[in-house]
Amino acid sequence: MSTHHHDHDHDHDHQEPPSDAALRVKALETLLTAKGLVDPAALDAYIDYYETRVGPRNGAKVVARAWTDPAYRQRLLDDATAAIAEFDIQGRQGEHMVAVENGPKLHNLVVCTLCSCYPWPVLGLPPVWYKSDAYRSRAVIDPRGVLGDFGLTLDDDVEVRVWDSTAEIRYLVIPERPAGTEGMSEEQLAALVSRDAMIGTAKAATP
Amino acid sequence: MNGVHDMGGMHGFGPVLPEADEPLFHHDWEARALAMTLAMAGWKRWNLDVSRHARERSDPADYLRNSYYERWIDGLGRLMVEQGLISAQEWATLQPDPAAPRQTPPIKPQDVPALLNRGGPTERAEGRPAGFTVGQRVRARNINPAGHTRLPRYVRGHVGTVMLDHGLHVFADDHAHLRGENPEHLYNVRFEAAELWGPDAGFRGDVRVDLWESHLEPA
Repeated sequence: MSTHHHDHDHDHDHQEPPSDAALRVKALETLLTAKGLVDPAALDAYIDYYETRVGPRNGAKVVARAWTDPAYRQRLLDDATAAIAEFDIQGRQGEHMVAVENGPKLHNLVVCTLCSCYPWPVLGLPPVWYKSDAYRSRAVIDPRGVLGDFGLTLDDDVEVRVWDSTAEIRYLVIPERPAGTEGMSEEQLAALVSRDAMIGTAKAATP
Repeated sequence: MNGVHDMGGMHGFGPVLPEADEPLFHHDWEARALAMTLAMAGWKRWNLDVSRHARERSDPADYLRNSYYERWIDGLGRLMVEQGLISAQEWATLQPDPAAPRQTPPIKPQDVPALLNRGGPTERAEGRPAGFTVGQRVRARNINPAGHTRLPRYVRGHVGTVMLDHGLHVFADDHAHLRGENPEHLYNVRFEAAELWGPDAGFRGDVRVDLWESHLEPA
């Protein structure tokens, strides 16, 4: 499905008729535009921002810096909002950041059971699974089962710490730096850091 | 409110289904729904907490059936009608009332990146004095307000430990009902898995929840 053509038209690249939701949202935009309540060009600007300016590459840069620069890692743990802003990354749904660090005996996992709060400036818009009822309901009562759905099995002696984002604090998981990455550049390291690793449903990739 | 949105600890929703190479939006209408919701907030008739509560007030069967962005559109419609930006008739028919005056959108395209970069910080310099300290044992109060609350059901009545004091933050439970910001200390509270789920809890560890002063009492 196209993600780059927002020409106020339905999706052209499949054969099915437009869904009720597609028709309804299109009609709503027509209504709000006719009433002068929204400017369609401003809607394009919102979409462009989330398609081009934010996403998990932002968070990966932060993690890679924390792995390579002990002073930066400390600043990130002390005041994540300020440390992330050093990359000129900030804004809506990342106003108050806290970074939490995985270790050999500790694994962090982030959820929002009440809605789908998520650190947009560092990770972009949340994936469907993060917003799913299955994830929201189960992450706090059966986090190891949820990790199993992602193919991740932790050793029995690893403590699991689940962060339920019930307020305006947003959590970024710093995954463990994989073995065998000595001497890699920040850019190379950042490529090992997936979105899921920064939510806690995966580990950083090994080179 | 004790609604279906408060899902922590519920069973029966099945496995989590990650999608490989997931697109940012699965359909163009999802992008438009997101953008309309953000742009309509520019009228400043509501705030993020009001907006969350509007989604919680969806019919429970609809809420469970709807996708994420359908939930957003349902909440947006409710807010626009309640705040008089569109009429109930316009929401039902999606046809403009020809007698209604045409307005001027508050958000211009060139304003959008700066607005999003600024966000909406909720920390405040002044507010209710702190009643708890880091390390203190606290109990999540057993309250069941019919309106908005960010105190999830699964921690109510349970004892935990204050781990972080995030400072004074706009109190969402009041803000969602336009009762003012009423800043209170926001604490991160650790609840041991066995405290929440009993001796058969399926994991060793804890759940950490951000709760405001009003959600807590000394244990």
